[in-house]
Amino acid sequence: MEWLYMFMPIAGVSIFWPGLVLIGFSVGVIGGFFGMGGAWMVTPGLNILGFPMAFAIGTDMAHIAGKSMISTMRHAKFGNVDYKLGFIMVIGTFIGIEVGAQLVMYLERLGRIDAVVRYVYVLFLALIAFMVFYDYAKAVQKKKAGAVEGERGTEGITWYKAFHKLNIPPMVHFKTAGFTCSAWLPSGVSFLTGVLAGFLGIGGGLFRMPALVYLIGCPTHIAVGTDLFEVMISGLYGAFTFSLKGRIELVAVFVMLTGAAIGAQIGTVATKYAKGYGIRIAFGIAVICCMISIILKQFGFSNSSAVLILTTIGIMCIYISVIMFKGAAAELREKKAGKQASHPLS
Amino acid sequence: MRRLLKRVLCLFAGIGLALPHLAWASGEAATNLVVVADTRRVSGVLKYIADVYNTDPWLFAVWAVVITAVWGGILGFLMDFIMERSGLDLKSRKILEH
Repeated sequence: MEWLYMFMPIAGVSIFWPGLVLIGFSVGVIGGFFGMGGAWMVTPGLNILGFPMAFAIGTDMAHIAGKSMISTMRHAKFGNVDYKLGFIMVIGTFIGIEVGAQLVMYLERLGRIDAVVRYVYVLFLALIAFMVFYDYAKAVQKKKAGAVEGERGTEGITWYKAFHKLNIPPMVHFKTAGFTCSAWLPSGVSFLTGVLAGFLGIGGGLFRMPALVYLIGCPTHIAVGTDLFEVMISGLYGAFTFSLKGRIELVAVFVMLTGAAIGAQIGTVATKYAKGYGIRIAFGIAVICCMISIILKQFGFSNSSAVLILTTIGIMCIYISVIMFKGAAAELREKKAGKQASHPLS
Repeated sequence: MRRLLKRVLCLFAGIGLALPHLAWASGEAATNLVVVADTRRVSGVLKYIADVYNTDPWLFAVWAVVITAVWGGILGFLMDFIMERSGLDLKSRKILEH
């Protein structure tokens, strides 16, 4: 079975390559659907396959850049990408990632970095999961109480409304996302999410997607597309900075990208058939499972952690694929029925 | 809401204070890590990449970004070509939150 293992010359380890393809595919599906790179699954996944943590982080960065490029191309065609918002956020993201990456190198010099990265991961995953479910519970409560629906239906958390009132010039109108706010809001949010991205070795989508929805005020679908555009750029920058520091395994990146190309199409097209809150809730569940798996690993239950994360990835992939294929089948049936109605004799 | 924000801020401050302690407590101090790619077991393009990694970090970083972007672009266009033949409308969608 030696042919199932590929030698990685830089990391100096032999890796089970079908595992890399599967990770790429699954993360393509999940990342395309949730609007993020999916590195929160890739980093522990690569670590489980045998990559040292520092290499797992750098390899992640390059992989998510390529994968997000594929997903962004698809989302752009749906009109889900607000480029103006994306470009404004790029600067904050870049500075933030560099600050985060420097912090990683500093901690690496101090000693074992793995534990610190895992602690920070868990903290933020808990925070995001709390926010998602709190938002949903509040939205349901408001709906039951008969609250007046806005343009986007009944919303739970509306922190963005307070932030939009900040009148610090320059004020910018984002046509695709459909709101006006101070340019400092997306810049500041992107800097903070960038620091976390660089530190954890992820594109930042995990934090930016909920931040775009809850703090900046994007509709979920636009947040997904714009975030992927951001992840693409920040991922490329992250790939550059981690390559410069020698913490990247290019061979693994290409193997993973091949699987991701197919997965990204499924995940991205599935957003067309999903509702905003459906995406948010699935996102929250995935985040909780990821958090538990990291806690298990931290306490030495590596096998249980691997099983949990692989099960989560598997179930999420099936869930998203079902949405995509059911929606696509219904659309094709409708088209066929429409054609038959307009040409009854054919 | 204010109470919640206060608690979250306290949590962040606590973690910020605990981070250096966690780092120090987690292991022995280490010197800068230097990784050398093993060029003995690879050939062709892989050997070139491994050689560049060992000799010129800047060129390696540029290659890493360029090759990733080009490979991502190629795969994106290829998948786009295939998906457009599926018969699905891939240019419009409705935004529904609920």
